[in-house]
Amino acid sequence: MSNQVFVITEHINGQFDDSSFEMLAMGREVASATGGELVAVLMGHNQKDLASQLGAADKVIYADHESLANFNPQAHAKAASAIVAANMPRVVLTAYSSQGMEMGPAISVSQNMPLLAYVSGISVSGGSLTVVSQLYGGKMNVESQTSAGHCVMSVLPGAASADAGRKDGAPAIDDFAVDLGGLTIKFKQLIEPDKSDVDITQQPILVSVGRGIQNSDNLPMVEELAAKLGGAVSCSRPIVDSKWMPKTRQVGKSGLKVKPKLYLALGISGAPEHIEGMKDAELIIAVNSDPKAPIFDFAHYGVEGDLFDIIPALTGKL
Amino acid sequence: MNIIVPIKQVPDLVEGLEIDDSGKDLNREWMKFKLNEFDDHALEEALILKEETGATVTAIALDSDDVDKALFTAAAKGADTIIKVTGVSGTGLSSHEAAKALANVIGGMSYDLVMTGVQAIDDRDGQLAVLLAHYLDKPHVSVVTSVTVAGDQAVISKEYGGGLVAEFEGTFPMVLGIQAARQSPRYVPVAKVRQIMRSASIEEVAAGDVGVSSGSDITKYFTPVSGGGAEMIGGSAEDQAAKIVELLKSKGIK
Repeated sequence: MSNQVFVITEHINGQFDDSSFEMLAMGREVASATGGELVAVLMGHNQKDLASQLGAADKVIYADHESLANFNPQAHAKAASAIVAANMPRVVLTAYSSQGMEMGPAISVSQNMPLLAYVSGISVSGGSLTVVSQLYGGKMNVESQTSAGHCVMSVLPGAASADAGRKDGAPAIDDFAVDLGGLTIKFKQLIEPDKSDVDITQQPILVSVGRGIQNSDNLPMVEELAAKLGGAVSCSRPIVDSKWMPKTRQVGKSGLKVKPKLYLALGISGAPEHIEGMKDAELIIAVNSDPKAPIFDFAHYGVEGDLFDIIPALTGKL
Repeated sequence: MNIIVPIKQVPDLVEGLEIDDSGKDLNREWMKFKLNEFDDHALEEALILKEETGATVTAIALDSDDVDKALFTAAAKGADTIIKVTGVSGTGLSSHEAAKALANVIGGMSYDLVMTGVQAIDDRDGQLAVLLAHYLDKPHVSVVTSVTVAGDQAVISKEYGGGLVAEFEGTFPMVLGIQAARQSPRYVPVAKVRQIMRSASIEEVAAGDVGVSSGSDITKYFTPVSGGGAEMIGGSAEDQAAKIVELLKSKGIK
Protein backbone atom coordinates (compact mmCIF):
# COMPACT_ATOMS: atom_id res chain seq x y z
CA MET A 1 0.00 0.00 0.00
CA SER A 2 1.28 3.45 -0.89
CA ASN A 3 0.62 6.65 0.99
CA GLN A 4 -0.99 8.29 -2.03
CA VAL A 5 -4.36 10.02 -2.19
CA PHE A 6 -6.17 9.40 -5.46
CA VAL A 7 -8.89 11.60 -6.89
CA ILE A 8 -10.98 10.01 -9.64
CA THR A 9 -11.86 13.03 -11.79
CA GLU A 10 -14.98 13.32 -13.97
CA HIS A 11 -15.68 15.22 -17.14
CA ILE A 12 -18.51 15.49 -19.66
CA ASN A 13 -18.28 17.26 -23.00
CA GLY A 14 -14.68 18.21 -22.21
CA GLN A 15 -15.63 19.99 -18.97
CA PHE A 16 -14.61 18.86 -15.50
CA ASP A 17 -17.38 18.71 -12.96
CA ASP A 18 -16.87 20.99 -9.93
CA SER A 19 -16.79 17.87 -7.79
CA SER A 20 -13.39 16.99 -9.28
CA PHE A 21 -11.90 20.26 -8.01
CA GLU A 22 -13.64 19.89 -4.66
CA MET A 23 -12.10 16.44 -4.27
CA LEU A 24 -8.67 17.81 -5.20
CA ALA A 25 -9.03 20.42 -2.44
CA MET A 26 -10.14 17.78 0.06
CA GLY A 27 -7.51 15.33 -1.17
CA ARG A 28 -4.78 17.93 -0.67
CA GLU A 29 -5.71 18.28 3.00
CA VAL A 30 -5.67 14.53 3.49
CA ALA A 31 -2.37 14.19 1.59
CA SER A 32 -0.78 16.93 3.75
CA ALA A 33 -1.86 15.09 6.89
CA THR A 34 -0.59 11.72 5.71
CA GLY A 35 2.52 13.06 4.00
CA GLY A 36 1.42 11.36 0.78
CA GLU A 37 1.27 12.38 -2.84
CA LEU A 38 -1.97 13.75 -4.38
CA VAL A 39 -2.72 11.99 -7.66
CA ALA A 40 -5.49 12.93 -10.09
CA VAL A 41 -6.81 10.06 -12.20
CA LEU A 42 -7.96 11.16 -15.64
CA MET A 43 -9.67 8.83 -18.11
CA GLY A 44 -10.61 9.70 -21.68
CA HIS A 45 -9.69 9.43 -25.32
CA ASN A 46 -7.45 12.04 -26.94
CA GLN A 47 -8.15 14.20 -23.89
CA LYS A 48 -4.73 14.33 -22.28
CA ASP A 49 -4.81 18.14 -22.54
CA LEU A 50 -7.47 18.23 -19.81
CA ALA A 51 -4.62 17.45 -17.37
CA SER A 52 -3.53 21.08 -17.67
CA GLN A 53 -6.47 22.00 -15.40
CA LEU A 54 -5.39 19.56 -12.71
CA GLY A 55 -2.51 21.62 -11.36
CA ALA A 56 -3.66 21.07 -7.78
CA ALA A 57 -2.41 17.49 -8.01
CA ASP A 58 1.23 16.39 -7.70
CA LYS A 59 0.75 13.99 -10.58
CA VAL A 60 -1.84 12.90 -13.11
CA ILE A 61 -2.37 9.29 -14.15
CA TYR A 62 -3.94 9.32 -17.59
CA ALA A 63 -5.66 6.32 -19.18
CA ASP A 64 -6.51 6.66 -22.86
CA HIS A 65 -8.86 4.28 -24.65
CA GLU A 66 -11.58 4.74 -27.26
CA SER A 67 -14.09 3.21 -24.84
CA LEU A 68 -13.26 5.99 -22.38
CA ALA A 69 -14.12 8.79 -24.84
CA ASN A 70 -17.52 9.19 -23.19
CA PHE A 71 -18.29 7.96 -19.70
CA ASN A 72 -19.15 4.25 -19.80
CA PRO A 73 -20.04 2.62 -16.44
CA GLN A 74 -18.41 -0.68 -17.36
CA ALA A 75 -15.30 0.75 -19.03
CA HIS A 76 -14.65 3.44 -16.43
CA ALA A 77 -15.24 1.05 -13.50
CA LYS A 78 -12.72 -1.39 -15.03
CA ALA A 79 -10.14 1.28 -15.83
CA ALA A 80 -10.42 3.00 -12.43
CA SER A 81 -10.10 -0.36 -10.65
CA ALA A 82 -7.03 -1.28 -12.71
CA ILE A 83 -5.34 2.06 -11.96
CA VAL A 84 -6.04 1.68 -8.24
CA ALA A 85 -4.85 -1.95 -8.29
CA ALA A 86 -1.52 -0.93 -9.83
CA ASN A 87 -0.82 1.63 -7.10
CA MET A 88 -2.86 0.67 -4.01
CA PRO A 89 -3.23 4.20 -2.69
CA ARG A 90 -4.23 4.85 0.89
CA VAL A 91 -7.27 6.94 -0.01
CA VAL A 92 -9.37 6.98 -3.18
CA LEU A 93 -11.85 9.82 -3.55
CA THR A 94 -14.76 9.40 -5.96
CA ALA A 95 -17.63 11.84 -6.32
CA TYR A 96 -21.10 11.11 -5.05
CA SER A 97 -22.36 11.65 -8.56
CA SER A 98 -23.82 9.69 -11.44
CA GLN A 99 -20.32 8.76 -12.62
CA GLY A 100 -18.70 8.29 -9.23
CA MET A 101 -21.43 5.95 -8.04
CA GLU A 102 -20.43 3.49 -10.78
CA MET A 103 -16.74 3.54 -9.83
CA GLY A 104 -16.47 3.70 -6.01
CA PRO A 105 -18.23 0.38 -5.32
CA ALA A 106 -16.38 -1.26 -8.24
CA ILE A 107 -13.01 -0.31 -6.75
CA SER A 108 -14.16 -1.35 -3.28
CA VAL A 109 -15.19 -4.88 -4.30
CA SER A 110 -12.43 -5.54 -6.84
CA GLN A 111 -9.62 -4.29 -4.56
CA ASN A 112 -11.18 -5.39 -1.28
CA MET A 113 -11.03 -1.84 0.06
CA PRO A 114 -13.60 -0.44 2.50
CA LEU A 115 -16.01 2.11 1.04
CA LEU A 116 -17.70 4.99 2.77
CA ALA A 117 -20.49 6.95 1.10
CA TYR A 118 -22.07 10.42 1.43
CA VAL A 119 -18.76 11.70 2.86
CA SER A 120 -18.72 15.30 4.09
CA GLY A 121 -15.47 15.29 6.04
CA ILE A 122 -12.25 13.33 6.52
CA SER A 123 -9.72 13.70 9.31
CA VAL A 124 -6.44 11.92 9.71
CA SER A 125 -4.92 11.08 13.05
CA GLY A 126 -1.92 8.80 13.21
CA GLY A 127 -2.64 5.68 11.24
CA SER A 128 -6.40 5.99 11.19
CA LEU A 129 -8.90 7.86 9.08
CA THR A 130 -12.05 9.26 10.62
CA VAL A 131 -14.80 9.90 8.13
CA VAL A 132 -18.17 11.62 8.50
CA SER A 133 -21.07 10.49 6.31
CA GLN A 134 -24.35 12.41 6.01
CA LEU A 135 -27.08 9.80 6.10
CA TYR A 136 -30.86 9.72 6.35
CA GLY A 137 -31.43 12.55 3.91
CA GLY A 138 -29.10 14.87 5.85
CA LYS A 139 -30.86 14.22 9.17
CA MET A 140 -28.09 12.18 10.78
CA ASN A 141 -24.31 12.19 10.65
CA VAL A 142 -22.38 8.98 11.17
CA GLU A 143 -18.68 8.92 11.99
CA SER A 144 -16.71 5.86 10.91
CA GLN A 145 -13.14 4.69 11.29
CA THR A 146 -11.42 2.38 8.92
CA SER A 147 -9.20 -0.28 10.32
CA ALA A 148 -7.87 -1.48 6.97
CA GLY A 149 -5.63 1.58 6.58
CA HIS A 150 -6.95 2.30 3.12
CA CYS A 151 -10.39 3.33 1.94
CA VAL A 152 -12.52 4.42 -1.01
CA MET A 153 -14.85 7.34 -0.38
CA SER A 154 -17.79 8.79 -2.19
CA VAL A 155 -17.60 12.52 -1.46
CA LEU A 156 -20.67 14.74 -1.26
CA PRO A 157 -20.74 17.81 -3.48
CA GLY A 158 -19.80 20.95 -1.58
CA ALA A 159 -17.68 19.05 1.00
CA ALA A 160 -14.74 21.28 0.06
CA SER A 161 -14.20 24.44 -1.98
CA ALA A 162 -13.91 23.87 -5.73
CA ASP A 163 -11.90 27.09 -6.08
CA ALA A 164 -9.29 25.72 -3.67
CA GLY A 165 -8.78 22.74 -5.97
CA ARG A 166 -8.86 24.65 -9.27
CA LYS A 167 -5.30 25.32 -10.37
CA ASP A 168 -3.89 25.44 -13.86
CA GLY A 169 -0.49 24.16 -14.85
CA ALA A 170 0.16 20.62 -15.96
CA PRO A 171 1.70 18.35 -13.36
CA ALA A 172 3.72 15.33 -14.43
CA ILE A 173 1.60 12.88 -16.41
CA ASP A 174 1.97 9.10 -16.17
CA ASP A 175 0.30 7.26 -19.02
CA PHE A 176 -1.54 4.12 -17.98
CA ALA A 177 -2.26 1.43 -20.56
CA VAL A 178 -5.65 -0.13 -19.93
CA ASP A 179 -7.14 -3.28 -21.43
CA LEU A 180 -10.85 -2.89 -22.03
CA GLY A 181 -11.78 -5.92 -24.12
CA GLY A 182 -15.15 -7.66 -23.95
CA LEU A 183 -17.31 -4.71 -22.98
CA THR A 184 -21.04 -5.52 -23.10
CA ILE A 185 -22.23 -1.97 -22.43
CA LYS A 186 -21.86 0.58 -25.21
CA PHE A 187 -22.26 4.35 -25.04
CA LYS A 188 -24.79 5.55 -27.61
CA GLN A 189 -25.41 9.26 -27.16
CA LEU A 190 -25.81 12.24 -24.87
CA ILE A 191 -29.24 13.84 -24.85
CA GLU A 192 -29.28 17.53 -23.95
CA PRO A 193 -32.06 18.81 -21.66
CA ASP A 194 -35.24 20.29 -23.07
CA LYS A 195 -34.79 24.05 -23.56
CA SER A 196 -38.41 24.91 -24.42
CA ASP A 197 -39.67 25.22 -20.83
CA VAL A 198 -39.14 28.11 -18.41
CA ASP A 199 -35.46 28.37 -17.48
CA ILE A 200 -35.59 28.30 -13.69
CA THR A 201 -31.93 29.32 -13.44
CA GLN A 202 -32.93 32.72 -14.84
CA GLN A 203 -35.98 33.33 -12.63
CA PRO A 204 -35.57 35.88 -9.81
CA ILE A 205 -38.39 34.36 -7.78
CA LEU A 206 -38.91 30.63 -7.33
CA VAL A 207 -41.72 28.98 -5.42
CA SER A 208 -40.43 25.45 -4.97
CA VAL A 209 -42.45 22.44 -3.89
CA GLY A 210 -41.43 19.12 -2.38
CA ARG A 211 -42.97 15.95 -1.12
CA GLY A 212 -45.08 17.92 1.39
CA ILE A 213 -47.43 18.96 -1.41
CA GLN A 214 -48.75 15.36 -1.21
CA ASN A 215 -50.30 15.07 -4.66
CA SER A 216 -50.45 16.79 -8.01
CA ASP A 217 -53.98 18.12 -7.35
CA ASN A 218 -52.38 20.58 -4.95
CA LEU A 219 -50.09 22.12 -7.57
CA PRO A 220 -52.57 24.72 -8.90
CA MET A 221 -52.60 26.56 -5.57
CA VAL A 222 -48.81 26.75 -5.73
CA GLU A 223 -48.96 28.06 -9.30
CA GLU A 224 -51.43 30.70 -8.16
CA LEU A 225 -49.06 31.79 -5.39
CA ALA A 226 -46.12 31.91 -7.80
CA ALA A 227 -48.16 34.01 -10.23
CA LYS A 228 -49.02 36.48 -7.44
CA LEU A 229 -45.32 36.73 -6.58
CA GLY A 230 -44.34 37.10 -10.22
CA GLY A 231 -42.22 33.96 -10.09
CA ALA A 232 -42.07 30.44 -11.44
CA VAL A 233 -42.69 27.08 -9.81
CA SER A 234 -39.75 24.74 -9.29
CA CYS A 235 -39.52 21.52 -7.29
CA SER A 236 -37.42 18.88 -5.58
CA ARG A 237 -36.60 15.48 -7.05
CA PRO A 238 -39.51 13.37 -5.71
CA ILE A 239 -41.95 15.63 -7.57
CA VAL A 240 -40.18 14.94 -10.87
CA ASP A 241 -39.81 11.23 -10.15
CA SER A 242 -43.58 11.14 -9.56
CA LYS A 243 -44.03 12.83 -12.99
CA TRP A 244 -45.99 15.73 -11.45
CA MET A 245 -43.59 18.30 -12.91
CA PRO A 246 -41.08 18.17 -15.76
CA LYS A 247 -37.36 17.61 -15.23
CA THR A 248 -36.71 21.19 -16.37
CA ARG A 249 -38.16 22.43 -13.06
CA GLN A 250 -36.01 20.30 -10.77
CA VAL A 251 -33.62 22.01 -8.37
CA GLY A 252 -30.70 20.04 -6.95
CA LYS A 253 -27.99 17.52 -7.67
CA SER A 254 -29.55 15.81 -10.65
CA GLY A 255 -31.49 18.93 -11.60
CA LEU A 256 -30.40 22.56 -11.86
CA LYS A 257 -28.50 24.92 -9.60
CA VAL A 258 -30.43 28.16 -8.97
CA LYS A 259 -29.58 31.48 -7.33
CA PRO A 260 -32.83 33.47 -7.26
CA LYS A 261 -33.53 36.58 -5.17
CA LEU A 262 -36.26 34.61 -3.39
CA TYR A 263 -36.49 30.85 -2.94
CA LEU A 264 -39.70 29.90 -1.18
CA ALA A 265 -39.39 26.21 -0.26
CA LEU A 266 -42.76 24.59 0.41
CA GLY A 267 -42.75 21.13 1.96
CA ILE A 268 -39.11 20.44 1.02
CA SER A 269 -37.22 18.61 3.77
CA GLY A 270 -33.78 19.67 2.51
CA ALA A 271 -31.81 16.54 1.64
CA PRO A 272 -28.16 17.33 0.77
CA GLU A 273 -28.92 16.70 -2.92
CA HIS A 274 -31.49 19.51 -2.88
CA ILE A 275 -29.47 21.95 -0.75
CA GLU A 276 -26.67 21.69 -3.32
CA GLY A 277 -28.94 23.27 -5.90
CA MET A 278 -30.37 26.24 -3.93
CA LYS A 279 -28.12 27.14 -1.01
CA ASP A 280 -26.83 30.27 -2.74
CA ALA A 281 -30.26 31.89 -3.15
CA GLU A 282 -30.31 35.44 -1.75
CA LEU A 283 -33.35 34.89 0.46
CA ILE A 284 -34.57 31.44 1.43
CA ILE A 285 -37.88 31.07 3.22
CA ALA A 286 -38.88 27.51 4.12
CA VAL A 287 -42.30 26.24 5.12
CA ASN A 288 -42.41 22.75 6.58
CA SER A 289 -44.54 20.86 9.10
CA ASP A 290 -41.47 19.09 10.53
CA PRO A 291 -39.53 21.42 12.88
CA LYS A 292 -36.49 19.17 12.47
CA ALA A 293 -36.43 19.38 8.66
CA PRO A 294 -32.81 20.09 7.57
CA ILE A 295 -34.08 22.84 5.24
CA PHE A 296 -34.44 25.07 8.35
CA ASP A 297 -30.66 24.92 8.82
CA PHE A 298 -30.12 26.52 5.44
CA ALA A 299 -33.11 28.85 5.18
CA HIS A 300 -32.91 32.44 6.36
CA TYR A 301 -36.47 32.33 7.62
CA GLY A 302 -38.53 29.33 8.61
CA VAL A 303 -42.22 28.71 9.05
CA GLU A 304 -43.30 25.59 10.89
CA GLY A 305 -46.82 24.90 9.78
CA ASP A 306 -49.29 23.29 7.44
CA LEU A 307 -48.73 24.15 3.77
CA PHE A 308 -52.41 23.96 3.08
CA ASP A 309 -53.10 26.74 5.62
CA ILE A 310 -50.12 28.92 4.77
CA ILE A 311 -50.28 28.82 0.95
CA PRO A 312 -53.85 30.20 0.70
CA ALA A 313 -53.20 32.68 3.53
CA LEU A 314 -50.14 34.01 1.74
CA THR A 315 -51.82 34.11 -1.68
CA GLY A 316 -54.70 36.04 -0.11
CA LYS A 317 -52.37 38.72 1.22
CA LEU A 318 -50.44 39.37 -1.98
CA MET B 1 -37.05 -12.54 -19.65
CA ASN B 2 -36.46 -12.73 -15.90
CA ILE B 3 -36.14 -9.61 -13.80
CA ILE B 4 -35.04 -9.73 -10.18
CA VAL B 5 -35.83 -6.73 -7.99
CA PRO B 6 -34.00 -6.50 -4.62
CA ILE B 7 -36.02 -4.33 -2.25
CA LYS B 8 -35.49 -3.16 1.30
CA GLN B 9 -37.22 -1.38 4.13
CA VAL B 10 -35.71 1.85 5.48
CA PRO B 11 -36.63 3.96 8.52
CA ASP B 12 -39.55 6.29 7.84
CA LEU B 13 -38.05 9.76 8.30
CA VAL B 14 -41.46 11.25 9.05
CA GLU B 15 -41.16 9.62 12.47
CA GLY B 16 -37.88 11.31 13.40
CA LEU B 17 -34.68 9.51 14.38
CA GLU B 18 -33.25 8.89 17.80
CA ILE B 19 -29.71 7.83 18.71
CA ASP B 20 -29.53 4.85 21.08
CA ASP B 21 -27.65 4.65 24.38
CA SER B 22 -24.47 3.30 22.78
CA GLY B 23 -24.29 6.42 20.61
CA LYS B 24 -23.28 4.15 17.73
CA ASP B 25 -26.65 3.21 16.33
CA LEU B 26 -30.19 4.43 15.98
CA ASN B 27 -32.80 3.46 18.50
CA ARG B 28 -34.70 0.96 16.40
CA GLU B 29 -37.22 -0.16 19.03
CA TRP B 30 -40.11 2.05 17.96
CA MET B 31 -38.84 2.74 14.50
CA LYS B 32 -41.37 2.67 11.68
CA PHE B 33 -40.24 1.36 8.33
CA LYS B 34 -41.23 1.97 4.76
CA LEU B 35 -40.08 0.65 1.41
CA ASN B 36 -37.00 2.48 0.08
CA GLU B 37 -38.62 4.87 -2.40
CA PHE B 38 -36.08 4.07 -5.14
CA ASP B 39 -36.78 0.35 -4.77
CA ASP B 40 -40.44 1.21 -5.37
CA HIS B 41 -39.36 2.85 -8.64
CA ALA B 42 -37.22 -0.20 -9.54
CA LEU B 43 -40.21 -2.47 -8.98
CA GLU B 44 -42.43 -0.15 -11.03
CA GLU B 45 -40.00 -0.14 -13.99
CA ALA B 46 -39.80 -3.96 -13.77
CA LEU B 47 -43.61 -4.23 -13.78
CA ILE B 48 -43.81 -1.92 -16.81
CA LEU B 49 -41.31 -4.20 -18.60
CA LYS B 50 -43.44 -7.20 -17.58
CA GLU B 51 -46.46 -5.56 -19.21
CA GLU B 52 -44.44 -4.77 -22.34
CA THR B 53 -42.57 -8.05 -22.78
CA GLY B 54 -44.22 -10.70 -20.61
CA ALA B 55 -41.15 -10.85 -18.36
CA THR B 56 -41.39 -12.53 -14.99
CA VAL B 57 -40.64 -10.37 -11.98
CA THR B 58 -39.15 -11.66 -8.73
CA ALA B 59 -38.98 -9.38 -5.71
CA ILE B 60 -36.29 -10.38 -3.21
CA ALA B 61 -35.48 -8.98 0.22
CA LEU B 62 -33.22 -9.79 3.13
CA ASP B 63 -35.05 -10.84 6.26
CA SER B 64 -35.65 -7.68 8.29
CA ASP B 65 -38.28 -5.73 10.20
CA ASP B 66 -41.58 -5.49 8.36
CA VAL B 67 -40.16 -7.17 5.26
CA ASP B 68 -43.07 -9.60 4.75
CA LYS B 69 -45.40 -6.66 4.24
CA ALA B 70 -43.07 -5.17 1.63
CA LEU B 71 -42.85 -8.50 -0.23
CA PHE B 72 -46.61 -9.12 -0.18
CA THR B 73 -47.15 -5.55 -1.41
CA ALA B 74 -44.78 -6.29 -4.31
CA ALA B 75 -46.80 -9.44 -5.09
CA ALA B 76 -50.06 -7.46 -4.95
CA LYS B 77 -48.59 -5.02 -7.46
CA GLY B 78 -47.71 -7.83 -9.85
CA ALA B 79 -44.45 -9.54 -8.84
CA ASP B 80 -44.69 -13.22 -9.83
CA THR B 81 -42.43 -14.57 -7.09
CA ILE B 82 -41.41 -13.16 -3.72
CA ILE B 83 -38.29 -14.37 -1.92
CA LYS B 84 -37.00 -13.72 1.57
CA VAL B 85 -33.30 -14.32 2.18
CA THR B 86 -32.87 -15.80 5.65
CA GLY B 87 -29.89 -16.21 7.95
CA VAL B 88 -29.00 -12.51 7.94
CA SER B 89 -30.71 -9.57 9.55
CA GLY B 90 -31.23 -6.90 6.93
CA THR B 91 -31.94 -4.25 9.57
CA GLY B 92 -28.78 -2.24 10.10
CA LEU B 93 -26.72 -4.54 7.87
CA SER B 94 -23.85 -2.99 5.89
CA SER B 95 -24.31 -2.55 2.14
CA HIS B 96 -21.38 -4.89 1.45
CA GLU B 97 -22.92 -7.70 3.52
CA ALA B 98 -26.36 -7.09 2.02
CA ALA B 99 -24.94 -7.14 -1.52
CA LYS B 100 -22.97 -10.34 -0.89
CA ALA B 101 -25.95 -12.12 0.71
CA LEU B 102 -28.15 -11.15 -2.25
CA ALA B 103 -25.42 -12.15 -4.72
CA ASN B 104 -25.19 -15.60 -3.09
CA VAL B 105 -28.88 -16.19 -3.78
CA ILE B 106 -29.29 -14.32 -7.10
CA GLY B 107 -26.13 -15.96 -8.47
CA GLY B 108 -27.93 -19.31 -8.36
CA MET B 109 -30.98 -18.00 -10.21
CA SER B 110 -31.63 -17.44 -13.89
CA TYR B 111 -31.93 -13.72 -14.71
CA ASP B 112 -31.54 -11.13 -17.43
CA LEU B 113 -31.86 -7.97 -15.39
CA VAL B 114 -31.42 -7.15 -11.74
CA MET B 115 -33.07 -3.82 -10.97
CA THR B 116 -32.86 -2.14 -7.59
CA GLY B 117 -33.08 1.39 -6.21
CA VAL B 118 -30.20 3.71 -7.04
CA GLN B 119 -29.61 4.46 -3.36
CA ALA B 120 -31.10 4.36 0.11
CA ILE B 121 -30.94 6.83 2.99
CA ASP B 122 -28.86 4.46 5.10
CA ASP B 123 -26.19 3.10 2.74
CA ARG B 124 -23.20 4.20 4.78
CA ASP B 125 -20.79 1.93 2.92
CA GLY B 126 -22.05 2.48 -0.61
CA GLN B 127 -25.07 1.94 -2.80
CA LEU B 128 -26.28 -1.61 -3.34
CA ALA B 129 -26.66 -1.83 -7.14
CA VAL B 130 -23.01 -1.51 -8.14
CA LEU B 131 -21.71 -3.53 -5.16
CA LEU B 132 -24.14 -6.31 -6.09
CA ALA B 133 -23.08 -6.14 -9.75
CA HIS B 134 -19.45 -6.68 -8.78
CA TYR B 135 -20.20 -9.56 -6.39
CA LEU B 136 -22.17 -11.11 -9.28
CA ASP B 137 -19.39 -10.12 -11.70
CA LYS B 138 -21.92 -8.52 -14.06
CA PRO B 139 -21.92 -5.11 -15.76
CA HIS B 140 -23.95 -2.27 -14.31
CA VAL B 141 -25.58 1.03 -15.10
CA SER B 142 -26.85 3.19 -12.27
CA VAL B 143 -28.93 6.38 -11.95
CA VAL B 144 -31.25 4.91 -14.59
CA THR B 145 -34.47 6.63 -15.63
CA SER B 146 -35.70 4.34 -18.40
CA VAL B 147 -35.14 0.84 -19.77
CA THR B 148 -36.27 -0.27 -23.24
CA VAL B 149 -35.84 -3.95 -24.04
CA ALA B 150 -35.23 -5.43 -27.51
CA GLY B 151 -34.23 -9.11 -27.68
CA ASP B 152 -31.33 -9.82 -25.33
CA GLN B 153 -30.41 -6.15 -25.13
CA ALA B 154 -31.74 -3.02 -23.51
CA VAL B 155 -31.34 0.69 -24.18
CA ILE B 156 -30.82 2.41 -20.86
CA SER B 157 -31.06 6.11 -19.99
CA LYS B 158 -28.71 7.31 -17.28
CA GLU B 159 -29.10 10.71 -15.72
CA TYR B 160 -26.34 13.26 -15.10
CA GLY B 161 -26.70 16.65 -13.42
CA GLY B 162 -28.47 19.55 -15.08
CA GLY B 163 -30.94 17.34 -16.91
CA LEU B 164 -28.31 15.81 -19.21
CA VAL B 165 -29.00 12.15 -20.07
CA ALA B 166 -26.69 9.50 -21.52
CA GLU B 167 -28.01 6.54 -23.47
CA PHE B 168 -26.31 3.14 -23.32
CA GLU B 169 -26.94 -0.16 -25.01
CA GLY B 170 -26.29 -3.22 -22.90
CA THR B 171 -26.45 -6.97 -23.39
CA PHE B 172 -28.08 -9.13 -20.69
CA PRO B 173 -27.41 -9.96 -17.95
CA MET B 174 -26.78 -6.72 -16.13
CA VAL B 175 -27.55 -4.89 -12.92
CA LEU B 176 -29.35 -1.54 -12.97
CA GLY B 177 -29.67 1.08 -10.23
CA ILE B 178 -33.01 2.76 -10.83
CA GLN B 179 -33.41 6.48 -10.10
CA ALA B 180 -36.98 6.76 -11.38
CA ALA B 181 -39.43 4.59 -13.28
CA ARG B 182 -41.04 5.92 -16.43
CA GLN B 183 -44.21 6.48 -14.44
CA SER B 184 -45.01 7.13 -10.81
CA PRO B 185 -45.02 3.85 -8.80
CA ARG B 186 -48.47 2.26 -8.78
CA TYR B 187 -50.58 2.26 -5.69
CA VAL B 188 -52.08 -0.91 -4.29
CA PRO B 189 -54.96 -0.89 -1.82
CA VAL B 190 -54.40 -2.60 1.55
CA ALA B 191 -57.35 -4.91 0.86
CA LYS B 192 -55.52 -6.32 -2.15
CA VAL B 193 -52.35 -6.87 -0.12
CA ARG B 194 -54.41 -8.73 2.51
CA GLN B 195 -55.97 -10.84 -0.20
CA ILE B 196 -52.58 -11.77 -1.69
CA MET B 197 -51.29 -12.67 1.78
CA ARG B 198 -53.86 -15.47 1.78
CA SER B 199 -53.07 -16.78 -1.70
CA ALA B 200 -49.33 -16.10 -2.25
CA SER B 201 -46.46 -17.40 -0.18
CA ILE B 202 -42.98 -16.12 0.48
CA GLU B 203 -40.22 -18.45 -0.64
CA GLU B 204 -37.38 -18.59 1.88
CA VAL B 205 -33.78 -19.08 0.77
CA ALA B 206 -30.71 -19.15 3.04
CA ALA B 207 -28.08 -16.43 2.53
CA GLY B 208 -25.18 -18.87 2.83
CA ASP B 209 -21.69 -17.68 3.70
CA VAL B 210 -21.54 -13.87 3.51
CA GLY B 211 -17.91 -13.49 4.61
CA VAL B 212 -17.45 -9.79 3.77
CA SER B 213 -17.73 -6.65 5.85
CA SER B 214 -17.94 -2.90 5.36
CA GLY B 215 -14.30 -2.70 6.50
CA SER B 216 -15.07 0.21 8.81
CA ASP B 217 -16.47 0.70 12.30
CA ILE B 218 -19.07 3.23 13.34
CA THR B 219 -17.63 5.39 16.10
CA LYS B 220 -20.63 7.65 16.65
CA TYR B 221 -23.94 8.97 15.41
CA PHE B 222 -24.60 12.67 15.82
CA THR B 223 -27.23 15.08 14.62
CA PRO B 224 -25.96 17.70 12.18
CA VAL B 225 -25.08 21.07 13.67
CA SER B 226 -27.03 23.65 11.77
CA GLY B 227 -25.16 26.08 9.57
CA GLY B 228 -26.70 29.11 11.32
CA GLY B 229 -30.31 28.19 11.13
CA ALA B 230 -33.44 29.96 10.10
CA GLU B 231 -35.13 32.68 12.08
CA MET B 232 -38.48 31.06 12.81
CA ILE B 233 -41.72 32.91 12.15
CA GLY B 234 -44.39 31.94 14.66
CA GLY B 235 -48.09 32.55 15.15
CA SER B 236 -51.17 31.37 13.29
CA ALA B 237 -51.06 30.69 9.55
CA GLU B 238 -52.56 34.14 8.96
CA ASP B 239 -49.92 35.77 11.18
CA GLN B 240 -47.15 33.83 9.50
CA ALA B 241 -48.41 34.80 6.03
CA ALA B 242 -48.60 38.46 7.07
CA LYS B 243 -45.04 38.34 8.38
CA ILE B 244 -43.77 36.74 5.15
CA VAL B 245 -45.44 39.52 3.10
CA GLU B 246 -43.86 42.14 5.38
CA LEU B 247 -40.49 40.47 4.97
CA LEU B 248 -40.79 40.40 1.17
CA LYS B 249 -41.72 44.10 1.15
CA SER B 250 -38.77 44.98 3.39
CA LYS B 251 -36.42 43.16 0.99
CA GLY B 252 -37.95 44.95 -2.00
CA ILE B 253 -39.27 41.71 -3.48
CA LYS B 254 -42.96 42.56 -3.30
